[in-house]
Amino acid sequence: MSKPTRFEDRLWDFFCSLKLTIITLILLALTSIIGTIIQQGKPKEEYLQNLGISEGTYELLNALQVFNMYHSWWFLALMGLFAVNLICCSIKRFPKVWKTVREPTLTADDGLFRTLSNRDEVVAAGSMESVKTQVQALLSKKFASPVVTEADGKVYLFAQKAPYARFGVYVTHLSILIIFFGAMLGNVFGYKAFVNIVEGSSVNAVWGRAGQERIPLDFEVYCEDFEVTFYDGGGRPKDYTSDLIVRENGREVLRKTIEVNDPLQYGGLTFYQSSYGPAGDPTYRFRVTERATGETVEVTGQQGAPLALPGGAALIPMGYASNYQNFGPAAQVSVRMDSGQRGNPFIILQNHPQFDERRGGPFIVSLLEAEQNYYTGLQVTKDPGVWVVWLGCFLLVAGSLVAFFLSHRRIWVTLQPLEHGIGVKLGGVAHRNQPAFTLYFDELKKDFNQALAEK
Amino acid sequence: MTSSLFFNLTTVAYFAAMVLFLILLVSRNEKLGWVAIAVSWAGFAANTAAIGIRWYEAYAMGYHQAPLSNLYESVVFFAWSILLIYLLFDLKYRYRAIGAFVLPFAFFGMIWAQWSLDATIQPLVPALQSNWLTYHVITCFIGYAAFAVACGVSIMYLIKVGKEERSAEDSPIGGILGMFPSTKVLDDINYKAIMVGFPMLTLGIITGAAWANYAWGTYWSWDPKETWSLIVWFIYAAFLHARFTRGWVGRRAAWLSIIGFAATLFCYLGVNLVLSGLHSYGGA
Repeated sequence: MSKPTRFEDRLWDFFCSLKLTIITLILLALTSIIGTIIQQGKPKEEYLQNLGISEGTYELLNALQVFNMYHSWWFLALMGLFAVNLICCSIKRFPKVWKTVREPTLTADDGLFRTLSNRDEVVAAGSMESVKTQVQALLSKKFASPVVTEADGKVYLFAQKAPYARFGVYVTHLSILIIFFGAMLGNVFGYKAFVNIVEGSSVNAVWGRAGQERIPLDFEVYCEDFEVTFYDGGGRPKDYTSDLIVRENGREVLRKTIEVNDPLQYGGLTFYQSSYGPAGDPTYRFRVTERATGETVEVTGQQGAPLALPGGAALIPMGYASNYQNFGPAAQVSVRMDSGQRGNPFIILQNHPQFDERRGGPFIVSLLEAEQNYYTGLQVTKDPGVWVVWLGCFLLVAGSLVAFFLSHRRIWVTLQPLEHGIGVKLGGVAHRNQPAFTLYFDELKKDFNQALAEK
Repeated sequence: MTSSLFFNLTTVAYFAAMVLFLILLVSRNEKLGWVAIAVSWAGFAANTAAIGIRWYEAYAMGYHQAPLSNLYESVVFFAWSILLIYLLFDLKYRYRAIGAFVLPFAFFGMIWAQWSLDATIQPLVPALQSNWLTYHVITCFIGYAAFAVACGVSIMYLIKVGKEERSAEDSPIGGILGMFPSTKVLDDINYKAIMVGFPMLTLGIITGAAWANYAWGTYWSWDPKETWSLIVWFIYAAFLHARFTRGWVGRRAAWLSIIGFAATLFCYLGVNLVLSGLHSYGGA
């Protein structure tokens, strides 16, 4: 093949070349490593400190978009080159493949047979008509029913299997472009946001990623309840759940308990359980026994507010933990005596009420209940491109399976009258996995010899 | 009968099979090949039983989860996957010498898991409570295992091709290399293994993305684990295209396969142990 001289042709060949594909893939692999070593999207101070670089180096790396490299112009350009290469390769090769499949060569002459590595010749007894019928039956039985063409006193038979296997690779290539397109749709028309909803309240807007931009909703999301549960005997969290209600114009339209791995979808938005935290001070209920008298009272109150105990003393709730050192819910309290003297703060455990007896103070305190109001933190996503991405993924897998494991196999037979009988030429080719096809073809040769020589 | 007994048996069997395969290379006694492969099957059976029993043990503790939840469980599953792919390839090709270059991956995985990884059964944290976990882990590890087989075969290819080029062309290759399949066959098995691994890796990445989308609301966030899986994907995609390109077949393709597996191992272990990110569950 001579090298083209025109610039456009050379440019076209450059974009069509497989070498470019390999080099682009390797470059994508190598550059991608950078962003896994240098954490992306952190504040400037963190880089100066963690990487130990000077202000000047930081500015240089920042100008090269190293700290946001997966969205940098050079990484996107590399992705773009990958896509252009993919498109050009496909445009160059597809028409030929389309022609091979849609307009197959039905009549094989000697020139074609010479190009086939799998071929055989047999001389059959009988008339042209009978041999044709035999070959037709044999091909239909062992391979696929053939197309018969008669011309110039010869009979040509052509049969093929899985011609669409040739499209597998193009489906695979197209699927990657579809995934890119879906990702772009998501980037342009979608957003990621966040919202915190306090139990028993509702929101009608969410906050854009930086927390700056308020995005109003057409509906209202109400959080009825948030709950976190733990596995027995440890602080390992088991579940975070939020009972959410969607309201439109004050009317309930949807209700769902969401948890991690089970989001709520409404109005093109998806709400994911993401975080939680305490909202406001908890309410406590304690049982207090005066050691000296044995008198027991139950007191209820808010954090920080003194709760009156027998004899003029007071219990002051100071803090709450839902799971203190894996012992479950706990409260920190202190006791103020009648004299105004305030004791040291101490911890009481809801699940171990006998524990405080051993402390030895004038009052034995146990925590009956603490109600902490929570807010639930929800990640909110709008991504109209996600279904396009899934379509692309499906085609990617389907296309590559077809491309790897199916093969377009073709068999030609030409019948020609000879002096003593009918000359049968037989040839075949597979577009991939040649060794397996050769084995198959050798079997077919045997069948032909047996069937046609018997007469 | 506990799972740990069967895990011990597995490790012993993989060690024995590895040694037998190595002796096979030296002695060139074909019968030894049959013994080695029988021991491999026995190890695979023990590995299967061990995973099954561990599943049951977790169930008995009240945790309804597949045994794919932490680093220990993933390493023993990786060893299982390597044997699965290796034995399937052996059924088809029957070149016993390959075992000497594949079994070590499974054996060293098992010995590492048993010596230094935490084997306690822990319940799943909320982020991992999903059926996607099972699909994601199985597809990824079948892919990784196929790449391990491809890597072993590629090492054989490079050894053999190097020796062939050094020795005179007409003298037959003897010694240890006598048991090696021809370079053509090694190249073909390398390709076939990657042909199995690549769609599995693709499925693994996609199931991971689907799960991420379901759990976190984003199917791709360039987290180090995701990025490394994509790096591995790029390398094997380059390998597959290299086969149709002059100048890239043979040696370079074998190197791509080895580099691909090194990247796979980093994606699997290095990311958790060295880098930080969303996939930190499996970390030490």
